[in-house]
Amino acid sequence: MSIATITKSGPFAHATNSVQKTMFTVLLALAPATAFNLYLFGWPAILLFTVTVGACVAVEAACLALADRPVVATLSDYSAVLTGWLLAMSLPPWAPWWIGVLGAVFAIGLAKHAFGGLGQNVFNPAMVGRTVMLVSFPVVMTAWVMPHPLFSSGAPGLFEAFAITFGGHMPDAVSAASALGHIKTELSRHIPVTQSMADVPGLMDMMLGYRAGSLGETSAILILAGGLFLMSKRIISWHIPLSVMGGLFLMAAIFHAVDPARFASGSFHLVSGATFLGAFFIATDYVTSPVSKKGQLIFGLGCGVLIWLIRTFAGYPEGVAFAVLLMNGLAPIIDQYTRPRAFGRTGKGEPLPLGKEKS
Amino acid sequence: MKLFPIRGGIHPDYRKERTSEKAIVALPMPSALYIPLQQHIGAPAEVLVAEGELVKKGQMIARSGGAVSSPQHAPSSGRIMAVTEVAAPHPSGLAQSTIILETDGKDEWGDLPEPIADPFTVDPHVIHDRVAQAGIVGMGGAAFPSAVKLNLGTQKKLEILLLNGAECEPYLTCDDRVMREYPDEVIDGARIMAHALGTPRVVIGIEQNKPQAIDIMTRAASAFPNVEVVGVPVQYPMGSERHLVQAITGLETPVRKLTADLGIVVHNVATARAVHHAIRFGRPLVARVVTVSGGAIREPNNILTPIGARVADLVEFCGGFAARPESVVNGGPMMGQPLPSLEVPVVKGTSGILALTAEEINDRPASACIRCGSCVTICPCGLSPVDMAAFVRKDNLEGAARLGVMDCFSCGSCSWVCPSHIPLVHYFNYAKGMLNDLDRELRKNEHVKALVEARTQRLEKAAEAKRAALAARKPASDNAPSSTSGEAKTATEEKANA
Repeated sequence: MSIATITKSGPFAHATNSVQKTMFTVLLALAPATAFNLYLFGWPAILLFTVTVGACVAVEAACLALADRPVVATLSDYSAVLTGWLLAMSLPPWAPWWIGVLGAVFAIGLAKHAFGGLGQNVFNPAMVGRTVMLVSFPVVMTAWVMPHPLFSSGAPGLFEAFAITFGGHMPDAVSAASALGHIKTELSRHIPVTQSMADVPGLMDMMLGYRAGSLGETSAILILAGGLFLMSKRIISWHIPLSVMGGLFLMAAIFHAVDPARFASGSFHLVSGATFLGAFFIATDYVTSPVSKKGQLIFGLGCGVLIWLIRTFAGYPEGVAFAVLLMNGLAPIIDQYTRPRAFGRTGKGEPLPLGKEKS
Repeated sequence: MKLFPIRGGIHPDYRKERTSEKAIVALPMPSALYIPLQQHIGAPAEVLVAEGELVKKGQMIARSGGAVSSPQHAPSSGRIMAVTEVAAPHPSGLAQSTIILETDGKDEWGDLPEPIADPFTVDPHVIHDRVAQAGIVGMGGAAFPSAVKLNLGTQKKLEILLLNGAECEPYLTCDDRVMREYPDEVIDGARIMAHALGTPRVVIGIEQNKPQAIDIMTRAASAFPNVEVVGVPVQYPMGSERHLVQAITGLETPVRKLTADLGIVVHNVATARAVHHAIRFGRPLVARVVTVSGGAIREPNNILTPIGARVADLVEFCGGFAARPESVVNGGPMMGQPLPSLEVPVVKGTSGILALTAEEINDRPASACIRCGSCVTICPCGLSPVDMAAFVRKDNLEGAARLGVMDCFSCGSCSWVCPSHIPLVHYFNYAKGMLNDLDRELRKNEHVKALVEARTQRLEKAAEAKRAALAARKPASDNAPSSTSGEAKTATEEKANA
């Protein structure tokens, strides 16, 4: 077709938004939660974060060069930085460097560029990276630590951190279970949820982030603040976050009411694991979620229900990544069936009958 | 008055303040006027004058060329220089038949039809004929012959004449100024049109970013209980006929139907004023108010312009360019058309001439679609631009048509909002053009097929008759061979003709 050769038609006005601005705003929204968590988990987390983001940018550059696309111009859209950032946030904070690098290869190389680059991928790149790592290296990927805030006593210094991240010297004494993991393990030992809940941090600590978990997921409050910031900037809408959390909460609350010994409560599910990070920053990924608001509600609800199902019945204690990936696969179909009704037409696409009032 | 929400829409930078406080000024009469024979939707007008002829202002110089057409009148007095091909105010820049009038500077009116003394007692067709004679077309930009629309009352029972003063396009202030400076003329024109249409009510919809216009018009309308002024939300594209009808009445016009099917006819406020002039003074449409604005214009203004003045005359009157214009646009920035040069005339549908800088347009090279869904959220037609564009890019026009690309009216909201700066409207215009061509081709083929079939049948019938005649004449024993040869002959004949 010959569009490029003739003068472009209107409009002769454009909003000031751009892909770069959008991605940068998301990074900005992630910054407070990330900074706080980097502080909580100390130098090893900072090293892993740097390595992972760096690796993602390097893999993106390599893929772009291979595909003969403009490298610098495309890198400056920040999409690779964002993928690396989210991937790092989903890794255990003291994981070795190669987890970040390998994760980056799968996230950017396989999930993004093998499908055609930005905008073409079916699955969320960061979650593909994390999931491949989790399935391939389950032990390393579930080696949680309790927070060791920077400069506090017992926190690793920069040199110890190098040993942890690059030398593979994970100190044994620091390992801890995540709340979700703990409850699952205890259940398998026939200890009811009502009893095992006594060992997990209180709701307030869980909200603030003072708990074991992935590098960037623990501070529900700061992630919520970032999410609200994105909503105020109209980068995301409420549809996906609310339906993800609503779906999860509803399932958990109903089953908790039926059997509290077997099922954890709705509020526990909301504040633990990567619920907030998933709801506000991962499920809302533009490329891999539906475009219509109705579709987004269905998508979010599906994510929420799947998260609960996986956490409750599957082999893994956490299910955000799996749930999002499963719903990613459904997004194109959801899109097909949730197209908005066209002006002057019925939902089936037929012309409206005359005299039908719409308000 | 209760208003109804419309779907989607955007809130661009309006930038109307550049001209909204500038009172309408008349353009000094240019030495030459270029009056295209086609300034409207429908058949071009037919020339009535010859080179060298002297004409007076308001004299008809080209008559209506069909049922849907419009005559042209001399916008000033002077001599016909030529009837020739001149570049049209269209992106193609193709030449179009145009009457060139050399003005004599006297601006003398010729003999005009008598004013209609009491238009509210005359038969509607009298109003209709006068409006048709006056060459009035929709002045909001579409330029559809107004008389045709005024005739709708004879076919349908109509409830409301909706006067469109939304002026939702950024920059444009010509309708705003007309309403503020000539409220009584607009309302009188509207009431005359309502009488012609047989509508008991007149509603004037004005976007709320024009508070003075709302105020002035409300006061002017207060004398007439059946005329109501309504401030509608500032939301592009509120001025789209179907969307304004929905906002004010809650009625959604079905596709392939007219708002008139719902009992509502929409006319622009400037059109109403032109009707007032035609009925009360017998004056045809020979001038209009044009907003000349944009960052590249030194002194933006609202200018009363004779039809046929060149865009260059307007730009010069505004002090020329202060900066290099990236595009010169005929109309508003959202739905206006780029002009190929400044040497094209202002026509009846020209609401604005915008010389826009690259900074104002803020166009950037398109990057990859990130499926953010903004275009789906804001599409006022409820379409999915992201998916339609994907089909058009692969030249899958059928797919795009299935998703409703033909329902798109190119309001430009999706292109405006796209963070990847994908020229979505451009894609859809391309698809619509191609689909229209295909449709025309298909209909032509069907027509040809029908003709061929009819011919075959006719030939067969003739052969049959011949055979029957032969059989009747010859004895029964000779019948068989001769009939075979007859059939063979018909077959050869058909082959030769095919």
